[in-house]
Amino acid sequence: MSAVDEKVVARRRGAPAKDADRGILSTADWRRRRVRATTRVTHLILLASLIVVGLGPVLWLAKSAVTPTQDTLRQPLALWPNGMDWENLVTAWTRVEIDKYFFNTVIIALGVWFVQVLVATTAGYVLSVLRPRYGRIIVALVLATLFVPSIVLLVPLYLTIVDPPLLQHSLINTFWAVWLPAGASAFTVLLVMRFFDSLPREVFEAARIDGAGPYRLFWSVVLPMSKPIVGVVSVFAVIGAWKDFLWPMLVLKDPNLQPLSVRLPQLQQFIELDVFLAALAIATVIPIALFLVFQRMFLSGAGLGGAVKG
Amino acid sequence: MTQISPTTAAPQSAEMIETLEYAVDPLRRRRGLRGWLRGDGPHMLVFLIPLLFSFILFSWRPIVDAAIMAFQRTNLIDPAEWVGLDNFVTVLQDPLLGTAVVNTLWFAVLALLMGYPIPLVVAVLMSEVRRWRGVFSALAYLPVVVPPVVAALLWKFFYDASSSGVFNTIIGAVGIPPQPWLQDQATAMPSIVLFATWSAAGGTIIIYLAALVGVAPELYDAAEVDGAGVWRKVWHVTVPQLRGVLLVMFILQIIGTAQVFLEPFLLTGGGPANSTMTILMLIYKYAFQNSLGGDYGAATALSIMLAIVLAIFSAIYFRLTKGWSSS
Repeated sequence: MSAVDEKVVARRRGAPAKDADRGILSTADWRRRRVRATTRVTHLILLASLIVVGLGPVLWLAKSAVTPTQDTLRQPLALWPNGMDWENLVTAWTRVEIDKYFFNTVIIALGVWFVQVLVATTAGYVLSVLRPRYGRIIVALVLATLFVPSIVLLVPLYLTIVDPPLLQHSLINTFWAVWLPAGASAFTVLLVMRFFDSLPREVFEAARIDGAGPYRLFWSVVLPMSKPIVGVVSVFAVIGAWKDFLWPMLVLKDPNLQPLSVRLPQLQQFIELDVFLAALAIATVIPIALFLVFQRMFLSGAGLGGAVKG
Repeated sequence: MTQISPTTAAPQSAEMIETLEYAVDPLRRRRGLRGWLRGDGPHMLVFLIPLLFSFILFSWRPIVDAAIMAFQRTNLIDPAEWVGLDNFVTVLQDPLLGTAVVNTLWFAVLALLMGYPIPLVVAVLMSEVRRWRGVFSALAYLPVVVPPVVAALLWKFFYDASSSGVFNTIIGAVGIPPQPWLQDQATAMPSIVLFATWSAAGGTIIIYLAALVGVAPELYDAAEVDGAGVWRKVWHVTVPQLRGVLLVMFILQIIGTAQVFLEPFLLTGGGPANSTMTILMLIYKYAFQNSLGGDYGAATALSIMLAIVLAIFSAIYFRLTKGWSSS
């Protein structure tokens, strides 16, 4: 590998900035006063706009969650509420039963997480580590589903849940209706496969020679080595389940089973504004907490969670 | 359907498809049935059960079903009945289809105007930030993390059309009269697109940032030797180097905007006067908002037509841009 290549690779791995490591502006550019001043000012403006546009609405929601309705309506942009009303959060949590919908969301997210991790790790193990002859057909079939827009699946999937094959019982209004289809995520399977492909095969061969069977190899060698990718898949499974709206709305018609995302739009009509905003704030806490904890995962350019549209 | 949707997943998928080459384990030679049974054969099938179970039931079979149902009349009670192209005719004769197509195109155009250049400019500026870049990207990404339903309901409140609404107060401060936002046929769609851009731009910015880090610094060195200033470096090095990712993001955005549902559904419900009725809202209406029972045939017929149009569009797009993306 030439020195140039090495430098490029080092940059790609996100190595800390060195002298040679530069962006559009060179060290010479940075030394010019006019360039430096312009850049500084631009960056300050950018930072200010990002704070207003990105953080602003979130902070506004946090503030309004503890502000009485009249204050919010009369002075929506007041930086500091006249009166704090912590009761909003309590009312939302207990009287409006946000607690129930919150825990429904948690149960749905955990189930989706389990199903996705189970399918992706077992499938990745067979297709990337054991590699049977017929594996390439399965990989091709999984890949092919990436090219089918999910809207095509909506109605047939709904009818599958209403009348599941082999089972005489509709799965509508059961959490299974959300959990089970989550497993068929080609993206997650391919992500795990790609990670398993990068693991050193010598380790597997050594384990086999030491007498490990396929189950032992999976449980004691491959799974412990795949913690990083399982972490990525887990965070995105939970966030994805938390965000999902259309599908749970279709299959969970019983309000007692609905997650926050489905329930919130309906609640809007019959609860007071301050309590409603408190409910919205409660629904946002977990995703933002996950984001703050796993920031690197989200921002590492893997960019997996980035919705691309719009 | 909590899948990371194709639109979300696609930039990585494109890369993945290139890197995934399935190589059969060289130790696995053809050994006949007995050898297969004595070796790992049956165990591999055990490990494949979760994949086969979920993909057969919830992906492969529904895809085949969709292709069949588009030519059938299904109502869950009577056995399905073949009706030829009737469903397609029904959809094509629906006067709402034209409205939905025009609205979806309008959404796509507005989303391109707002959502395509902004992330690029922000990402290029951000790539030059030396300190606190993490803070910049975290701030930019934050809206993506807010659950879309919460964000939509919050923005619906911001869009309040009275003069004391949040956005009307803001624009009132600089002397602009109150706007009707979601209440008016002319402003409803731009308002929805503004919201959609806010909630999605962060993801695009992060993808561009990653691509910008990959631009070889030698190219900038070379441009300087040739006497290029800052602007010419941006125009002649940065933008061409991002060509590949820009091309992919363009088509992904088109595919994504063609399937917009949540935003109009929650913000306007398709109104006022169907001015925000999109193709996906129409599919939803056929299948799930029909008091006479869902017209599943029409819904699948329309979704298949949409998928085919998108596939043809992507094929032409990649054909035409083939020469540009590779250097």
